[in-house]
Amino acid sequence: MVELVVFLIAAAICLGGAIGVIVNRNPVHAALSLVATLFGIAVLFIAQEAHFLAAVQVIVYAGAIVILFLFVLMLLGVDRSEDLTIEPIKGQRITAAIVGVGILGLTLIALASTSGEATGARAEPGSANEIAEGVADIEQIGESLFTDHLFAFEITSVLLVIAIVGAVMMSRKVRREDRVEDPLVAAHQAEAEARAAAAAAVSPDSDTHADAEEVEA
Amino acid sequence: MLAVAEVTPSWYLVLGALLFSAGAVGLLVRRNPLVMFMCVELMLNAVTLTFVTFSRMLNDVHGMTVVVFVLVVAAAEVVVGLGIIVALLRKQPTATADDLSILKG
Amino acid sequence: MLDLVWLIPALPLAGFLFLVAFGRRLGEPGAGWVATLASAGSFLATVVVFAGLVGEDHHHRSHVVTLFEWMPAGGFSVDLAFLADPLSITMALFVTGIGSLIHLYSIGYMHGDANFSKFFVYLNLFVFSMLMLVLGDNLLVTFLGWEGVGTCSYFLISFWFGKDENASAGKKAFVTNRVGDWGFMLAMFLAFATVGSLSYTTLAEEAGNLAPVTATAIALLLFVGACGKSAQLPLFVWLPDAMAGPTPVSALIHAATMVTSGVFLMTRVNPLLAQAYDWAPDVIAWVGVITALFAATIAVAQTDIKKVLAYSTVSQLGYMFLAVGTGAYVAAIFHMVTHAFFKALLFLGSGSVIHGMGDEQDMRRMGNLRRYMPVTAATFIVGWLAIAGVPPFAGFWSKDEILLYAFDASPVLWALGLVTALLTAFYMSRQVFMVFFGDERFREPAAVDAPVSGAVDDVEAGEEPEGEAAEATGDAEVHAHAHDGHAHDPHESPWLMTVPLVVLAGLAIVGGGLNLPFTPDLHFLGHWLEPVLYGNEAHIDVATGTKVLLAVIAVIAGLAGILVAAAVYLQRRVKAVEPELLANGWYYDSSITAFMGGPGRAAFQATADFDKDVVDGGVNGIASLVRGGGGGLRLLQSGYLRGYALGLGVGVVVLLAYFLTRVTF
Repeated sequence: MVELVVFLIAAAICLGGAIGVIVNRNPVHAALSLVATLFGIAVLFIAQEAHFLAAVQVIVYAGAIVILFLFVLMLLGVDRSEDLTIEPIKGQRITAAIVGVGILGLTLIALASTSGEATGARAEPGSANEIAEGVADIEQIGESLFTDHLFAFEITSVLLVIAIVGAVMMSRKVRREDRVEDPLVAAHQAEAEARAAAAAAVSPDSDTHADAEEVEA
Repeated sequence: MLAVAEVTPSWYLVLGALLFSAGAVGLLVRRNPLVMFMCVELMLNAVTLTFVTFSRMLNDVHGMTVVVFVLVVAAAEVVVGLGIIVALLRKQPTATADDLSILKG
Repeated sequence: MLDLVWLIPALPLAGFLFLVAFGRRLGEPGAGWVATLASAGSFLATVVVFAGLVGEDHHHRSHVVTLFEWMPAGGFSVDLAFLADPLSITMALFVTGIGSLIHLYSIGYMHGDANFSKFFVYLNLFVFSMLMLVLGDNLLVTFLGWEGVGTCSYFLISFWFGKDENASAGKKAFVTNRVGDWGFMLAMFLAFATVGSLSYTTLAEEAGNLAPVTATAIALLLFVGACGKSAQLPLFVWLPDAMAGPTPVSALIHAATMVTSGVFLMTRVNPLLAQAYDWAPDVIAWVGVITALFAATIAVAQTDIKKVLAYSTVSQLGYMFLAVGTGAYVAAIFHMVTHAFFKALLFLGSGSVIHGMGDEQDMRRMGNLRRYMPVTAATFIVGWLAIAGVPPFAGFWSKDEILLYAFDASPVLWALGLVTALLTAFYMSRQVFMVFFGDERFREPAAVDAPVSGAVDDVEAGEEPEGEAAEATGDAEVHAHAHDGHAHDPHESPWLMTVPLVVLAGLAIVGGGLNLPFTPDLHFLGHWLEPVLYGNEAHIDVATGTKVLLAVIAVIAGLAGILVAAAVYLQRRVKAVEPELLANGWYYDSSITAFMGGPGRAAFQATADFDKDVVDGGVNGIASLVRGGGGGLRLLQSGYLRGYALGLGVGVVVLLAYFLTRVTF
């Protein structure tokens, strides 16, 4: 009974957050909806007795990743609303709807084909893989991590370092002298500037925001 | 007490499927790069939910271990992705995903 | 001694090479003498080989001298080899003999021409090619010579190529010959495919094993080639136009030697003809006799002195093919030899007349030339009597023999041949009377273009000749020694030109002695050629009385022709009939031109368009298709991130669907 209620509430929060991410015009609102979804997922983890993972989910996802998102949003000032009524690419929305329905439908069919039972191999009782009743899951995850998946674990540390280096490289301000001119980028720049100039000529508004919106539209 | 349906693991799977398809649709429809990224995160979360569910169904701890890795990779990916977005949006703050069409054939 | 047969073509070849290198420096008349000596040397070599053959036993008169293996190509092997046997040596004898005489004549005729040495370069090359043709041991060496004489014919006809007509005539000759060569080549391919060898001796041996259809095909394809080279219907059109070349060329190539190659070829492959269907030789005979009659009718109305002789050649060649077709190979060769004598004589004589008249070629402006050019006139008259078939001159004996065999084969053939003989006598007499007898029309003012008989109301014949007159005077401009107008009298030609005339006249008188019909012992030529004919010579069973009767009828026909011509052209008692139809050659040439210009051109254009649109279009179309497809596919690369993402999504759906199909429910 309890489980059912918990599930329903958590599921509602998840779905609500998901819809919110898709539908919200303001990106900050979308980020907050994402946080809601993440919390809902964490609750569901707990409901499935993956306590450690729930904690990690909240700490890493909601606590770090989404914060990063918000940092960038605020930093770059890209928090203005997006106009959702227009769609520049023809047929995008229709096909997107079809894709969404397709994925959902096919996954459900796959689920139904096994009548809700997992068809994978169960872990043998008594083996290291088994989620034993009395043992804390964090202990088991740790054991699995540091024995079966040790190499992958070490590699992820390398991955993190690479990610940091990459991020720093990409977001630094390049000095004028060091800049390498990419002709393709330059051409694209010229095109964008021409468009901006044309838009500026159309409405001689000194309000840059209005100009930018026009350009965006 | 009302005699109600029991929550079987397949419910979690259904929820995961819903979240995943929602994320997919969102990715395809939104133009703001950051919101698109958020949809990707949505999809990843759906996957982690599914993994945990299967881990419980199959009584195997490996599913949870994978979730740890997914989390790590998602973090790294967000870092790099946001770095790219920062680099792009610095030039043109109003850029949308549609403006990044240099590779037009 | 027989091994020296390679020397026969080698000497003219050496002359050719020497003149190519030093001819221009030697100039006139040195180059001419070098060429004549080369040719004469070749004649001597031929005589030596001939003596050697005579010394051999009757049945061993076939000697092959192989120089080297020419084309070793897997299963196909052809040697450059010479075959010295009666037929080839007979041909070589008169080719080199008459060739040398004509070389000598040319030194006088081409005097003053700017390209004197070039002429002899070509002449020597021609003699070389002709000798390769006749001495070849296999079809391919003959073909080498065949093509060589065709090429030299082109060079020599268009020798004065400054005038467009001459160049066109040369091209016409070459192209028409090419059509015939196509037949020759197909015959060679077929011969190799069926017999496996192109050698004459092998073909003769294997002919008996061939299926009649194969033998017929090879023989008739070779006959197509012969029609081209020997100017038979329908490929004779080049020969009259070939008169644009200098007269020695006409004499050598288009009277005595090149045009006889076809007859030679058919005689060479007589085993194939024997093995073919019965109607195959009939085809040859009928083509021959119809050509003879056709050409004779045209010759009646020609006004250019050389054109008459050209059509006469076509006609006489028709006789030779008639003989081949009725199995009278000996008669054909006999007539070939005598024809070489008197036709060369007639052509050289006409050249002498043209030279003496200051390059005038229109017979209507000549007359009574025997007073001014006695030697030329006398020799020309000998030639005339020979061709008209007046005994005891050479032409009578050979023509009579052909008519005899024709009579044995079919009375219709004989009748047609007889009518042709009558016409031959008529037009040749006409020519002699117009040129050497009668009024001195060259003294009359040039404006008068009425026909000879003085009948001014014969208007239609009067319109046509203008073109020819203009042509004649036009030629005069190019020819080196253009005398001014008709002001001074015609003169006899120098000894360089008259000596060959006399020699040929002598041969025309005694040439009949080669194969007199009275007793078998006198059939020198017949015996001589026996081993070459493998017994395929037709045997006729005609009573001697019939033979005499036929001969008498032929003589009467000849005399009738002469008398009628005399009545019309000498005594002017009867009005001349020279219908425009005949003067224009039954409009044969113009109909070919019209056809080629109209439907022919349309067909060519259609083929060219097909090649351009369909073939090229197909190739280009594929390229355009690829480009178009590429261009279309390029649009997939929109550059839009979300578009790519969409693609990914669609792919995922498809894959999911696919995997689901493999799941059992």
